Amino acid sequence: MADRLLLRHHRLSALGQAEDFDDEPINPGDPLPILPGHHSAGRLERLLRAGVFAITAELSPPDSARAEDVYARARIFNGYVDGINATDGSGANCHMSSVGVCALLTRLGYAPVMQISCRDRNRIAIQGDVLGAAAMGVNNLLCLTGDGVAVGDHPAAKPVFDLDSVALLGIVRAMREQARFESGRALTTPPKVFLGSAANPFAPPLDFQVARLAKKAQAGAEFVQTQYCFDVPRLKRFMQQACDAGLDERLFTLVGIGPLASARAAEWMRTHVPGVHIPDAVIDRLRRARGKGAAKAEGKRICIDILERVREMPGVSGVHFMAYRQEEAVAEIIDRSRALDGRIPWYPGRDRRSGPAPNVESPTELQQEVLA
Amino acid sequence: MRVLRYWSVSRAGAMQRVYQALERLLIQIDPLLRKIGYQRLEAPFAAVERLLKGWFFDCRMCGHCVLQSTGMSCPMNCPKQLRNGPCGGVRADGSCELDPAMRCVWVEAVRGAAHMPGGERIQVIQAPLDHSLAGRSAWLRELRLRTAA
Repeated sequence: MADRLLLRHHRLSALGQAEDFDDEPINPGDPLPILPGHHSAGRLERLLRAGVFAITAELSPPDSARAEDVYARARIFNGYVDGINATDGSGANCHMSSVGVCALLTRLGYAPVMQISCRDRNRIAIQGDVLGAAAMGVNNLLCLTGDGVAVGDHPAAKPVFDLDSVALLGIVRAMREQARFESGRALTTPPKVFLGSAANPFAPPLDFQVARLAKKAQAGAEFVQTQYCFDVPRLKRFMQQACDAGLDERLFTLVGIGPLASARAAEWMRTHVPGVHIPDAVIDRLRRARGKGAAKAEGKRICIDILERVREMPGVSGVHFMAYRQEEAVAEIIDRSRALDGRIPWYPGRDRRSGPAPNVESPTELQQEVLA
Repeated sequence: MRVLRYWSVSRAGAMQRVYQALERLLIQIDPLLRKIGYQRLEAPFAAVERLLKGWFFDCRMCGHCVLQSTGMSCPMNCPKQLRNGPCGGVRADGSCELDPAMRCVWVEAVRGAAHMPGGERIQVIQAPLDHSLAGRSAWLRELRLRTAA
C-alpha cells in the first residue's frame, strides 16, 4: 500500500540522512499538510503510507510532576524513532497520564502516539480527551481496552470499561469522519487522527486473533502495534493468516519488540505481565550467557535477531520498541540492525544546522531550553 | 455457576435452537403481549430472565443480550466486559488474566460459536453497551425492536 513517495533525503551529518517531505512546514514540528487519502498531519502516517519501515518506541511515563522527566525520557530516542507512545496507566499502574505526557511532547514537536485505555474513563471523558489531544497536535491515537485493575498497584480502584477497544475505535472514527460524538451531537472541527490499536498474535484463542484484527480494521484501525514478539514462527503464521485475509492492505502492523535483561527478568515477565509469551528456547539462550553483562548483551542480540527476521516478513510495516528500563539499548539495537537504513527520523533540533531554521520569533522558553 | 455456564457453551447448538423457538413463540403472542402492555410485563419478564439466564449463563442483566453472537458465552462475565473479542492478556492455558480459575469468556465464546448455527455472528462488531438498560428485560427489548418494523 505504498503511496506516492514524498520523501527527500538530505545529508545531515556523517551519521546519515534526514528524511524530509516536499511540503515541510516552516516551523519544524508544525503539522504537515494532510494529503488526500490521509487522515492526520503526522509523520508516522506519512512514513507508513510511503512504505518506509517505521519505528516507534514506548516512553515509560514518570511518577513525578516534572516536565523535564518526560523530556529526558523522550530525548533518549532522538533520531531513532518515528513516534513515541505515551502509555495510559499501563499494567494498571498509576503514572503521569498519557494526555499530560502528550501535552508536553507536542510542545516540542515530538510525534506522540497517545494511548487511550478504556479502564479508567467512560465515553464522556474519553471523547473529551480525544478532542483535547487533537487540538494539542497529537496525530496518532492508540485505542486499547487496558489491563484490569487487579494486576496493577491500585487493585481497589473501580474498573470502568464503559467501552472496549473496538467500540472506542468506532467512536473516534465517527468523530473524525462524521464530525459527531457517540451521542450524535455535532463537532465543529473533527479530530484529524491516525487510528491505531493493539494485537496479540501470541495469546489464545489463537485462531480468533486474525478475526479480532479484522474487527479492529473494520472498526477503524489503520495501524496496530503488537504485544512483544519472542516467537517469530508464531508471528509468521499470524501474519500469513492476516495477509490471506487481506488485512495487510487495510492496516499497518508494527511488531512489538524489546530486549530482555536476563533469564530471571524473562521468567518474571512471562508469569506476571499479562499476554506476554516467551518460548523456553529464548530463556535458555539467556541462561547460557554467563558472566557480567553477558545476559544483557545476549538479550540485545536476541532482540536484533527478531528485528531482522520480522523486517523481512510480508505484511510487517515496522517495529514498536517496549524497552522498559532499557530505553538506552534501543538506539544501539537500531544502529546494529540498520533498521533505519541510514535515515534520521525528525526530532526537535534535528534540522538546526542543515535544515530550515526554526522560527526565532515564536519558540517558547521551553523550546529554547531544549534546543539549546 | 461456572460449571453450568461451561455446559451451556458446550450445548451452544441446542441452546440456539431453544432461543429460536422462544423467539418464534414470543413473536406469535406479541399481539397479546402488546394488549397487556410491555410496561406491565417488564418486571415479570426481567425476573424470569434473571432466573433462567442467571442459571444457564451467569447472566448479569445488562439488558442487551448478545449471547447468540458470542457462542452462548455471556461477555458480561469477562472482568472487562468485552463484547468484541478477547483482550490480549489471555493466559496460555486459555484462562482469564484476572481470574486464573476462570476460563476466558472469549475462549469459551469461540468454542461455542464453532458448533452452533449462525456462529459466524461472532465476527460482527457489537456497539457499545447502553448502560441505561441494566436490569431490564432483554427479551422484551428485542421483541419490541423486531415487531416495530
